[in-house]
Amino acid sequence: MREITVGIGGAAGDGLDKSGDTLAKTVSRLGLYVCAYNSYQSVIRGGHIWLRVRVAEEKVHSHGDVLNVLIALNQDSIERHAREVNSGGAVIYNSDKFKLDPTLLGDNVLPAPLPMATLTKPFGKVQPVMQNTVALGALMFLAGLDFDTAAGVLEDTFKHKGQAVIDQNAGIARAGYDYAKEHFVPLGYEWSFSRRARPFVTGNELIALGAVAAGCKFYSAYPMTPASSILHWMASHADRCGVVVKQCEDELAVANMAIGAGHAGVRSMCATSGGGFALMTEAIGMAGMIEAPVVIVEVQRGGPSTGVPTKTEQADLNQVFGASQGDYPRAIIAPTDTTDCFYSTVEALNLAEKYQLPVTIISDLLLSEHPETIEPDALTNDVPIERGDIVTDWPEANGVYKRYEFTHSGVSPRALPGTEGTVYVAATDDHDEGGILISDIFTSAPMRRKVQEKRMRKLDGLLRELKPPALDGPPDADVTLIGWGSTRGVISEAIVLLASVGIRANQLQIKYLTPFHSKEVTDILKNCRRTICVEGNYTGQFARHLRAETGFTVDDHILKYDCEPFEPHQIVDEVKAILEGRERSRNLTANEAREMACHYINTRLTETLRPGKINQVEGNGFNEPCWKIEIVSRESAEKRGELLIGIETGSTYSWREVVS
Amino acid sequence: MATVIELPIQSYEGLIDPDWCPGCGDFGVLKALKIAAGRLGIKPKDLIVVSGIGCSSNLPGFIHSYGVHSLHGRAVAVAEGIKLANHDLNVVITGGDGDGYGIGIGHFIHAMRRNIDITYIVMNNQIYGLTTGQASPTTMKEMRTKSTPRGNVEMPINPIALALVSGATYVARGFSGVPEHMASLIAGGIKHRGFSLIDVFSPCVTYNKLNTYPWFKERVYKLEDDEGYDVSSPEAAVQKSFEWGDRIPIGLFYQDQLPTYEDSEPAFKQGPLVHHKLGLDRDTFEGLMSEFV
Repeated sequence: MREITVGIGGAAGDGLDKSGDTLAKTVSRLGLYVCAYNSYQSVIRGGHIWLRVRVAEEKVHSHGDVLNVLIALNQDSIERHAREVNSGGAVIYNSDKFKLDPTLLGDNVLPAPLPMATLTKPFGKVQPVMQNTVALGALMFLAGLDFDTAAGVLEDTFKHKGQAVIDQNAGIARAGYDYAKEHFVPLGYEWSFSRRARPFVTGNELIALGAVAAGCKFYSAYPMTPASSILHWMASHADRCGVVVKQCEDELAVANMAIGAGHAGVRSMCATSGGGFALMTEAIGMAGMIEAPVVIVEVQRGGPSTGVPTKTEQADLNQVFGASQGDYPRAIIAPTDTTDCFYSTVEALNLAEKYQLPVTIISDLLLSEHPETIEPDALTNDVPIERGDIVTDWPEANGVYKRYEFTHSGVSPRALPGTEGTVYVAATDDHDEGGILISDIFTSAPMRRKVQEKRMRKLDGLLRELKPPALDGPPDADVTLIGWGSTRGVISEAIVLLASVGIRANQLQIKYLTPFHSKEVTDILKNCRRTICVEGNYTGQFARHLRAETGFTVDDHILKYDCEPFEPHQIVDEVKAILEGRERSRNLTANEAREMACHYINTRLTETLRPGKINQVEGNGFNEPCWKIEIVSRESAEKRGELLIGIETGSTYSWREVVS
Repeated sequence: MATVIELPIQSYEGLIDPDWCPGCGDFGVLKALKIAAGRLGIKPKDLIVVSGIGCSSNLPGFIHSYGVHSLHGRAVAVAEGIKLANHDLNVVITGGDGDGYGIGIGHFIHAMRRNIDITYIVMNNQIYGLTTGQASPTTMKEMRTKSTPRGNVEMPINPIALALVSGATYVARGFSGVPEHMASLIAGGIKHRGFSLIDVFSPCVTYNKLNTYPWFKERVYKLEDDEGYDVSSPEAAVQKSFEWGDRIPIGLFYQDQLPTYEDSEPAFKQGPLVHHKLGLDRDTFEGLMSEFV
């Protein structure tokens, strides 16, 4: 399979997300597949942003392991990423402003300097972000992509700004293309373009689209990364889709309003991240108690507390399980890929109404925000809308309506406020079949027992409706990788890589977290040779859930909590280490030490410096081996000092300036 | 205009009797609400009473209408969700001062700012009754309670002034000692298009030995008796809202007709959300998908 990964590095405000979009849309119109990931930061300007766009002739499920072309929009990005570029690749940069130290480049990597000022001169005074467009033009040539398709994307992108802006953008891109053609040898990519254009979407967009397709009519939210893009999509499409979108004063209001709307008979949804979800939890228990349908989307980011707002993690699982006091019926669904975000949301809205309970969709920043191509026919408007038992007519002959009738299924026919003859009160205090409180003067232990059983019984039917998980891959594999939610794709790619080194692995990906297919999962796992749970948190939260639900303890864990998504090779390396019985080290790698040196320079030194040579030193007086990193001048590469960083603890022990 | 067919108060007779202490001010509010609903001819099926938690928040259980007895402090948000889902319903919130002016004050302020068409009746007894007598947000300064044995040191909230500066378009105060007068204020609030607040002096006969029926009876006077008082003047209303001492005004402080939140919502042109068709037709869906290519 032919593929290329382009990394675009710069600062916030450099406009690299737009460049990434243009590239992704171009190649997806050519019929190639794209999977991208943006390591961005919670700043509007500055910082380091690192967008990787992986392009391939076949479907790819992660942003991959390699870097073929670097488009560096600032000096920092050259220094951080130039050495990562693989043989046969290239580094594209603005040679008017930035310097590329040739020692940073590996063998057979093409430096592709672009004299931006000269190239953009014919277009008059242009904004600095236009360097991106020149670079994209050059990339089109180097990577053997079709320029006219890119020009078409630019035309669509700037249509609303008029022909002059279109012409300027296309012209500048052309200048980059032509310059590259004159000065560089192409990298040798030969693609077969099917030109079958594919939608380029994020998980959040499909959660929103899935919701409106399934009849969601009320959406409430408080802005919070990485859930806000659901709000943005909903708000900008509200009129077309007939949805009421309400931005609220806080997540307490968000959840309570959504529940009020759900209670009144409208399909309602809200979304947030971990911090906002914490505020919603009491309300979620209320939905369980008054049996109101509602869907809550929890898009995880790095925690705890405000945590790492623009990075990904899978560490809110304990919180989602622990939401609200008391026992109450609810469903928790973890979509496993982008397309699944659409269908999981449809399913969540159906389950919420059929079983009259809160359904939480747990996603994460990676799944919700990374864009990728999906098949054009992967989605449909023709989705099931199942509302469950709703009473629309209640003749007097029926007797007194009991909102919480104790049925065998636990589901009691629901009358919506406004219906004649079915007046009732939905109470958060526990209540009898008719809704009369049993909390105060009419307390009744057996009534409480039976109403609690009635509510919880709903989960029996709900679980029967959910598709049990199944093993993917050879049933007699040497090792089974267990994941949940967003890691489906990267684990499946790791399994392909493992096969190439002779390790037969299969995968058990869990989507339905509550209620849990305890029996089915136990039956699968007891026949597995060796089990490893792969998840993005420190304590192995899912493995613990698995143990709680099945009594099964996994053999090993692969855990990641640096808040960057898994890459396939990381899983492969760890699986190999586990199978070979090697101890897995938590020591700081040389690359990580270099990143930490960049952090030190950015926060405590000046922008004129960068990390240079790095080596390990012992006996340094700090009770652990250290990385010694030379800090050099960006301009002259002269040594300006040394930084010592502990290999075990990661502590920055000393900075020693060299006085010249 | 359609003729109103008034309904007798018995139409709203709840299944069970209130569990309030004998003499509680909340009895007067319950009665006034029934009178008001009956006078406006609102059928029980078209009325939904939403409350939070507290003695007064038990009210939905004692009136024959739809109801949600929600969480402490969250009644306003739940009620807003209900109103936006089905704006044909008459949505009335009933609760106490702790519920509305303490734990739920954020929702209170923002709902007023939205001018959403909801009527909020706060049974303000200046104490936490259900939890047996701690200071509330409207407890007067220096009053001794279980939680303020040295006397309350905090300024009480002025709900009328707060409502006026937060955008409520109908601001009134009632007193359980004069339920007929209160019924008119509640009826006016339900009829009013926009957010209406009726703060009610509803004495707690068990835990508030300061702000008692006699204490209020000595002080309250009706704003309508004050000739020349102009309910359309926000400035006059703010001034009146600070009158607290030997004389305390009750009645309608302020009313204005402004567009409601519902007026601004395009989706409501097709009627209440709850009656809308669900899902997307093929053309709309394909239009949405084409934005991704």
